[in-house]
Amino acid sequence: MKKYLKSFLLVLFALGCFVTTQAQDVAANANIDVMRSNGKIYVVMAVVATIVTGLFLYVYSIDKKISKLENK
Amino acid sequence: MNMIRKAWWKWVAFLLLFYTSIYGFIVKVPKLDDRLEHSIRNMFFHVPMWFAMMILLFVSVWYAAKYLRTTSPIDDFYSKAFAATGTLYGFLGLSTGAIWANYQWGSPWSGDPKQNGAAIAMLIYLAYFVLRGSMTDEDKRSRIASVYNIFAFFMLFPTLWILPRLTESLHPGGQGSEGNPGINGKDMDANMRSVFYPAVIGWTLLGVWVSTLKIRYELLKAK
Repeated sequence: MKKYLKSFLLVLFALGCFVTTQAQDVAANANIDVMRSNGKIYVVMAVVATIVTGLFLYVYSIDKKISKLENK
Repeated sequence: MNMIRKAWWKWVAFLLLFYTSIYGFIVKVPKLDDRLEHSIRNMFFHVPMWFAMMILLFVSVWYAAKYLRTTSPIDDFYSKAFAATGTLYGFLGLSTGAIWANYQWGSPWSGDPKQNGAAIAMLIYLAYFVLRGSMTDEDKRSRIASVYNIFAFFMLFPTLWILPRLTESLHPGGQGSEGNPGINGKDMDANMRSVFYPAVIGWTLLGVWVSTLKIRYELLKAK
């Protein structure tokens, strides 16, 4: 179980790095804070990404609980 | 059977949807007219609801037909779970469509033929659950629900696919170009497709995941 959590966090971290570098590229070109550029659309992007991640964590936890019951 | 407990495709679902929710906002979109602007990005979120719904409801009717052949309660668990998730996606499609329509067509509900058709289709599926709930005898419930499921699935074709095409519609695909200020499938360029199709697969897989959880719960309960 811990093993899974670790790999999950690692992937999340890698994705975070990817997003940050992408965002920095955009910021370098626009020369402004990426979150405030383009009508603050990237704020919405962050919100959607958080919701999707949270939703998956929730479904994952239900999956784990059911697996535990099945193994009983 | 074991597939539903495997982890890899759940990871695929997460990665595809994470990719969609990030790249869906970054990808360059074609500028079709001044009214649509960035709301064309709803193609990555609103439209996949309907695609995924069709796939989930197809799986549901598949297991309904299978139940009628095997009369194994497990097939009915599958059919019911996929119908529930598919219907949920349909309602998400209706509500996200209403939000988009409010800013694109001026009101959340304009009686557009596709809106009406989708609402009717959803009501037909709600009746499926009402029908199930009205019976206590398990065999009878599963059998009648399976037969009704087949009817409900085939009603999706006139309500969502045929009738909206026979008249002018605000949605793409209606008759004539007058009534279609929005977008056509053809208006999606290669960039948009590179987000759209992963989004469809991702949302579908998430729906499958949630359905399998319901199935596993029912299986445990039946033990």
